Amino acid sequence: MKLFGIKIPMMASLIFWAILWEIAGQLDVSILLPPFSSIIMRMVEIIPTQTFFKAFLITAECFLLGTGIAIVLGIPIGVLMGRSIVADRMLLPWVNMFLSAPLTALVPVLMTLFGFGMKTIILTTVLFAIWIIVLDARAGVKNITPSLVDMAKSFQASHWQAFTKIYVWAALPEILAGIRLGCIRSVKGVIIGQLLVSVVGFGRLFELYSANFLMEHMWALLFFLFFFAFLIAEGLGVLERRFEYYAAARH
Amino acid sequence: MSNSSAAVSRAASSIAVEVEKVSKIYPGGVEALNDMTIQFPKGELTSLLGPSGCGKTTLLKIIAGLLPATSGRVTVNGVEVTGPGEERAFVFQDFALMPWATVLRNAAFGLELRGVAKSERHAIAEKYIEAVGLKGCEKLYPHELSGGMRQRVGLARALAVDAEVLLMDEPFSAVDEQTRRKFQEDLLDVIKHEGKTFIFVTHSIEEAVYVSHSIALLLPRPSRVSEIIRPDIDRDISPDAIRRDPVYLDIVERIWKGLRTYVE
Amino acid sequence: MRSLFTHSLTLRVLSFAIVFGIWEYLGRVPISPAFPTFLETMSALGSMIADGSMAAVYPATFQPLLIGLVISSILGIACGVFMGLNHKAEWFGAPVFIVLQSAPLAALIPLLTFAYGIGLTSKIITVCIMSVPVIVLNAYTAVRHTPVSMIEMGESYLGSRRQIIMKIIIPSASPVIYAGLRLGAAMGFIGAILAELLITPTGIGDLITYNQSIAEYEKMYAAIFSIMVFAVIFIEILERTEYLFFRPDKRVTQ
Repeated sequence: MKLFGIKIPMMASLIFWAILWEIAGQLDVSILLPPFSSIIMRMVEIIPTQTFFKAFLITAECFLLGTGIAIVLGIPIGVLMGRSIVADRMLLPWVNMFLSAPLTALVPVLMTLFGFGMKTIILTTVLFAIWIIVLDARAGVKNITPSLVDMAKSFQASHWQAFTKIYVWAALPEILAGIRLGCIRSVKGVIIGQLLVSVVGFGRLFELYSANFLMEHMWALLFFLFFFAFLIAEGLGVLERRFEYYAAARH
Repeated sequence: MSNSSAAVSRAASSIAVEVEKVSKIYPGGVEALNDMTIQFPKGELTSLLGPSGCGKTTLLKIIAGLLPATSGRVTVNGVEVTGPGEERAFVFQDFALMPWATVLRNAAFGLELRGVAKSERHAIAEKYIEAVGLKGCEKLYPHELSGGMRQRVGLARALAVDAEVLLMDEPFSAVDEQTRRKFQEDLLDVIKHEGKTFIFVTHSIEEAVYVSHSIALLLPRPSRVSEIIRPDIDRDISPDAIRRDPVYLDIVERIWKGLRTYVE
Repeated sequence: MRSLFTHSLTLRVLSFAIVFGIWEYLGRVPISPAFPTFLETMSALGSMIADGSMAAVYPATFQPLLIGLVISSILGIACGVFMGLNHKAEWFGAPVFIVLQSAPLAALIPLLTFAYGIGLTSKIITVCIMSVPVIVLNAYTAVRHTPVSMIEMGESYLGSRRQIIMKIIIPSASPVIYAGLRLGAAMGFIGAILAELLITPTGIGDLITYNQSIAEYEKMYAAIFSIMVFAVIFIEILERTEYLFFRPDKRVTQ
């Protein structure tokens, strides 16, 4: 959008929404919406506290471990599915199923098997993230320009050489896209896991704030989470765009 | 099959690549080649020219060992082809450059796969990058080059492995017209200096007549070699003179007359 | 023989057999007292279907799910298409939905319960907040990325803005919009189950938590199994209709 002939970046509209929020909050439109400024004040107040920091550490640990496991397992499975028809036909139905299944229904199972702790949250995170990583790695390997595979063959590349020097690199754009989407999903997974387990990390804080009707605290925590999720998604998006020239080289 | 081995040894001295009764039927029943027999002389550039569907790319890929023939056999210097080999190098229509690697690494990639030490293979690649006219571009990535320059990298890569036979699959079809002309002129230089056998697939009549020692005219349905033409053009005159040479123009016209009935 | 072995149906059956076999084996070990075998789960599923207890809970789950999905489809497509057509709307709206798509919106559920109580409204809104962002963004990007040459074609034949929107932009965007609906439905299922587990146990969520609390694990697993299968079939049907109506290019291979 342009204002007085100057192009204003799109993300600037978030400032407009913040102002609107502030007005709605000051006018007491809804008990749900405390003024924006007081939410920010509350953020400044609670973020440095020990409780918040501990909860953040637990969440970050669950997120990093869960995403890490999903990436380390997901990429090789995806590459395997891309190269082997048998593996693909055996695994694809499961990947597609878990991609659209209501994974929240599985969290109670994880709770009965692994208890009300970090293990359950980490596994929930893995469960949310892994399928899209597998599917994108598979798509990446399947999309390799055929002539690149022929090129490796015509120079008599071994299987190992073809894998390490061609397949992984050629599939990198899709693999990165899968990791970005996987991370977005695992942020959701880590929060859903904590909401359901509700005795550790931010899950406990949610419980605490909602039991005491602390609206500003609640929003402060939500803003913090949304901001972090956005940062992760955009950061990975930037990384992905650095490899965009790959796509231009494809036919 | 067995009686052909005598013919092979007789022809081996002057024939680099020999295709004997090769047929190719793709899974699903599409017949791309039917009982094709053709010989490619050493040190010359032979074009495979024909309308789409005549199986010229299929034949080239069978010679390269990238596709198995359904029946028949291909020999290179008397040795039967069972897969890709060091004595053959392929130049791809879409260049097949690795977008994540520099020009230097791309050009040296064939040697890299053969386990040649880094400094050695880079020295060889640099020499050929210069030979194809890309000196100074070693550190660039493929996406920073024009189509014509990318194919020069593809050619440098094929030359760097020092194969006797270079297989070129419509190498200039993804290159714009002006660049293509310059490239064709440079290719004539490379042919003169390298002394290698070139098998060149193209669908451009002018291109085939301009660059070839001999042209194998392939026709579809059923696929066959209809004629071998040796353009008797004096290669020592300037490129512009060749393009205006009556012999050149006559051959172009003659081939077009032979092909036009097959163009729908 | 080889073609029979690598046939997709053979491999699919084999793959299911292996997974269920492992499940059965782990259940018999048993790895945990709370882990029933596959066969126990299936017989519990059979008896729950037979005595009608399964059929009794599904309407309660589907009510918020379907209402939520209808609302988010209508609202989401309207928002997305409008943002794709109008630059001002894009400037104001797109950033919000980009943030919302990456945000863990499930965290809003405690707030919703606080504002709207533990009834149907909260659950419907849960379904909506989970499914709306992806529907909006798909509709928006689809409309925004209509091939320029198609629009220019419409303009060169003197099509009015209205004609270009109705006859070119919307039809060309509809496959992606529909794909967004499918993704939105999957998120909606996640939301519906989450709402039942988190807000108040009703429907299938009640079946899960109740059987968990009285340690009838095979019934709990059967309930989870049924909702997973149900969701997958639901999404599959959406996908099939997608191919049927919007993807003539893919119809042959399907």
